[in-house]
Amino acid sequence: MTAAIRRDKAGKTSSGNGVELRTGDAGALTLRLCGHWRIGHGLAAIGDIEALLDREPHIRTVRAEDHGLESWDSSLVSYLLKVSDLCARRKLDFDTGDLPAGVPRLLTLARAVPVKADAARGGGADSLPVRIGRSVLEGWRGADQAISFLGEIVLGLGRMMSGRARFRGVDFLQALQDAGAASLPIVTIVSLLIGLTVAFVGAIQLRQFGADIYVANLVGLAMTREMAALMTAIVLSGRIGAAYAAQLGTMQGNEEIDALSTIGISPIDFLVLPRVLALALMMPLLFIYSCFLGIFGGYIVGVSMLGLSGSAYIIQTQNGVHMIHFWVGFSKSVVFGMLVAYAGALRGMQAGRSAQAVGVAATSAVVTSIVLIIVVDAIFAVMTNLLGI
Amino acid sequence: MAFSGFVVQRDVSFQVPTGDIFVIMGASGCGKSTLLKHMIGLVEPAAGDIRYDGKSFTGAAPQERAVMSRRFGVLFQSGALWSSMTLAENVSVPLSQYTKLKPVEIDELVSLKLALVGLGGFEDFYPSEISGGMRKRAGLARAIALDPDILFFDEPSAGLDPLSSRRLDDLILELRDSLGATVVIVSHELASIFAIANNSVFLDAESRTAIDGGDPKELRDHSPHVGVRDFLSRGEGQDSGS
Repeated sequence: MTAAIRRDKAGKTSSGNGVELRTGDAGALTLRLCGHWRIGHGLAAIGDIEALLDREPHIRTVRAEDHGLESWDSSLVSYLLKVSDLCARRKLDFDTGDLPAGVPRLLTLARAVPVKADAARGGGADSLPVRIGRSVLEGWRGADQAISFLGEIVLGLGRMMSGRARFRGVDFLQALQDAGAASLPIVTIVSLLIGLTVAFVGAIQLRQFGADIYVANLVGLAMTREMAALMTAIVLSGRIGAAYAAQLGTMQGNEEIDALSTIGISPIDFLVLPRVLALALMMPLLFIYSCFLGIFGGYIVGVSMLGLSGSAYIIQTQNGVHMIHFWVGFSKSVVFGMLVAYAGALRGMQAGRSAQAVGVAATSAVVTSIVLIIVVDAIFAVMTNLLGI
Repeated sequence: MAFSGFVVQRDVSFQVPTGDIFVIMGASGCGKSTLLKHMIGLVEPAAGDIRYDGKSFTGAAPQERAVMSRRFGVLFQSGALWSSMTLAENVSVPLSQYTKLKPVEIDELVSLKLALVGLGGFEDFYPSEISGGMRKRAGLARAIALDPDILFFDEPSAGLDPLSSRRLDDLILELRDSLGATVVIVSHELASIFAIANNSVFLDAESRTAIDGGDPKELRDHSPHVGVRDFLSRGEGQDSGS
């Protein structure tokens, strides 16, 4: 049965909750409760009591009575609580009479601690200007935090140079392994496939005027100058940057970072520096590895599909790719490594103290680092163009 | 009970009569919480059976088990509230999943449950915005959302100040009396054990089995095991007592 009250003149219902309203002579309203009051039957509404009280204003007391109540749970308590609130509003007496002892006790318990009125949130959505203003302020605060975090890292690096930064060597080695050796498989796959793809794209055009061999130049240049650094950075931002944010975010939640501060160790030195350094060191190495694999991918396409000879392809690559291109890519990869570690550590340290916050931190770390990577890459492109390299 | 070859406790056997406040006692690391996790089906016993009303819980099919565990209300050590939901949403999850109530009715019940644990008005707060004691009480509100027959508490008073812990004990007693539930508590807080429990089992870490059981007050004075008497009197009672 639904939430509607079944009113049975006999006062008994076989299933579901039942209540019979009876007005006595002495200005009293009696609620005769019967049947099974279980959550499964729905909750009873008090609309009819209200209507009855409106009709008969002489009623001064409301009394609840056990009239064959078979079983009950919170649904009854919730109903009676509504009735008693109604009585309180209309300044009527409410009496739980001979109901099972648990019911009045639960009612008392529910009212033992007054509802904290000031605890409730100011409802309603803010107006558009308020929201814009708030997000601008938040953005400003975020930028402020990001810049001061950067400053702290630089100060930490300074302390490290002078040998005063405290972190454990084993943490650093662990970070090196995670960022470096453990990333090799995915960097292998991605770089090889990028090399293949670039070769295919180039071949379509170059073939039209018989310049197949220039696929080697194209792949070599694309990998060393642009793709190797970009792709490793993006892969590592997902693999390592997100992991940094999650680790630091979890530590934030467990108060581990507070614990470090209390024993006088800077969390920046202890947690952030080893990670930033590890990634800044490993990214260039992965970049070199990625260049080779990308060129190898191009080689596979050149030799097996375009019918170039292997030695010709290698010589063409050697002639086409100058060291300057390699150095452009190399310096980018150093910067990208720092950016990825910085974004991961920043979002981890900013994380809130809940499980959900860790997820948010990890996602935001990846987004931040990819945006930073693309922006910095564009700056590099403009600068190298201006410098003519 | 065993973890990958390491036996935590063996030959543990006890009964919890309906309506009791039953406490699982023992030193830290003896497997109290593990025993509780067995009872609610989070961990499978290495051997043996857990029965509710004579019906095997361990041997039940997953679906039967889900139906049986709907009669449980569990309060985890730190509340275990879902952090991405407000208190009201936390309490409403079991209600909206297992009853056909309308959203308005659910809101009403949620407010009732939160009021019962003294958190009226905190509906829209997130777990991270309230104190540890409040989180525990909110966890209790979620545990009693479906009016369970059996309430399980894992260290309800751990990390609470004496007054909050006392209030939580009172609340547990009150809810047991008024809802008529059976309560199983893991605890080593003597004050709260004596205040509320009327039955117990004592897990011994050395012999790895349950060495005693019964009313804790009785055990403190008359247990045949020195270890149990020492535990219940903080190792002081024997000298200063009669």
